[in-house]
Amino acid sequence: MIEVKDLQKSFGGTPILKGITTTFENGKTSLVIGQSGSGKTVFLKCLLGLFTQDKGSITYDGNIYSQLNTDQKRDLRSKMGMVFQGSALFDSMTIAENVMFPLRMFTKQSKSEMQDRVDFVLKRVNLPDAHNKMPSEASGGMQKRVAIARAIVNNPKYLFCDEPNSGLDPKTAIVIDNLIQEITDEYNITTIINTHDMNSVMEIGEKIVFLKDGLKAWEGSKENIFITDNEVVTDFVYSSELFKKVRKMYLQERNT
Amino acid sequence: MTYLHNIGAYFLMIKDMFRKPTKWSVMKTLIFKDIDDLIMGSLGIVAFISFFVGGVVTIQTALNIDNPLIPKYLVGFATRQSIILEFAPTFISIIMAGKVGSFITSSIGTMRVTEQIDALEVMGINAINYLVFPKFIALMLYPFVISIAMFLGIVGGMAACYFGGYSSINDYIIGIQTDFIPFHIAYAFIKTFAFAFLLATIPSFHGFYMKGGALEVGKASTTAFVWTSVVIILLNYILTQMLLS
Repeated sequence: MIEVKDLQKSFGGTPILKGITTTFENGKTSLVIGQSGSGKTVFLKCLLGLFTQDKGSITYDGNIYSQLNTDQKRDLRSKMGMVFQGSALFDSMTIAENVMFPLRMFTKQSKSEMQDRVDFVLKRVNLPDAHNKMPSEASGGMQKRVAIARAIVNNPKYLFCDEPNSGLDPKTAIVIDNLIQEITDEYNITTIINTHDMNSVMEIGEKIVFLKDGLKAWEGSKENIFITDNEVVTDFVYSSELFKKVRKMYLQERNT
Repeated sequence: MTYLHNIGAYFLMIKDMFRKPTKWSVMKTLIFKDIDDLIMGSLGIVAFISFFVGGVVTIQTALNIDNPLIPKYLVGFATRQSIILEFAPTFISIIMAGKVGSFITSSIGTMRVTEQIDALEVMGINAINYLVFPKFIALMLYPFVISIAMFLGIVGGMAACYFGGYSSINDYIIGIQTDFIPFHIAYAFIKTFAFAFLLATIPSFHGFYMKGGALEVGKASTTAFVWTSVVIILLNYILTQMLLS
């Protein structure tokens, strides 16, 4: 479980996060949503320890991150998997080498064991034949799936995804969403996803945290988001006519 | 204040370079790759420049000796001294600051821009050790490059002597053997090791801590070249004062 208390962060005197308090539970897919510039990426990078918060605390299963020493922080980070917005694959390595990288760094497995594990996770993300391709030869969707494979290959306790669906077609986006949801259930990991994609919110949002101007404006489940009367949330989530209709239908069905 | 901050950050980076080492099986591969990129990849240009600059030094020395009382072997002597004491260790290092330094800054800078360094850090890897340490080890072979530069510089001088008719080969060989002080070779290699350290770390620092996008990668490479050259020249002065005066 990840507990965030009064998280504050500013850059050059401009406050980006103004005191966020929330909790992310094990085995659940939590989504952080909000407009561009609302502080989602800074929030995620603070959780990952890539940015140091100005105030507040982040606790990973009882361990307060800021109180850990450098080696303890690195050990904790080795239990994290991260899917970056731009995938961040190592461009000098093949896809198989990218996925194998955490195993080479943190395990004492033999080459054949590592190879088997890479084969397994690449099959798991529906890329059974992509081993020898370079990242530059892969499409955006493939790169995202390789990034997911690399993030889960070492059985992480925490999985973070920064806009995993950005730049993907709706069909591939659903494949990625379902994949993340399945992996979260399968390995009982704490998954936090930053997204703009309302399809993801409706599909896999077991917990949703809505950020606005660096503050938590709302939190709840995907069921709650249909019935909330919080105008800030409804303005953002139901900004398209399609989603307005979906919500109307949901509420009508619920009342009958 | 920015300069002081950067100097502090540079020394902290050097400290981090030796902390939490990367697994040897992985590090070994990185070191061999960097030896190939930084050392083997530089041999061609170093050989070419050394040979022809050796020739130019010989021609200029010979043309400035017009007094018949000065022995002809002085051409070889002056070429040897220039090449061993200054040209090979210092000026080849300035050239390497451009070639190897910009390569290091741009490759690490691109990794920063594309979040590959963030990916390493999120995995709990000491990114500074992973990226900088293999370059530092690879550049410990830099004296090998400088030895080749010294040899080819002197051979280039001999070729210029022979083809330009400035002195006989025998005079040139006598010149390069005259008043030979073995400590000068030690002095040159002490400088070379110090410059190798700078060549590995200053461009890495500029790449690792750069901010921005593709344009800033180019700017960081230029800045790295300027600072590496400045520090090499300053350290050259200090070491020369310490070791030869």
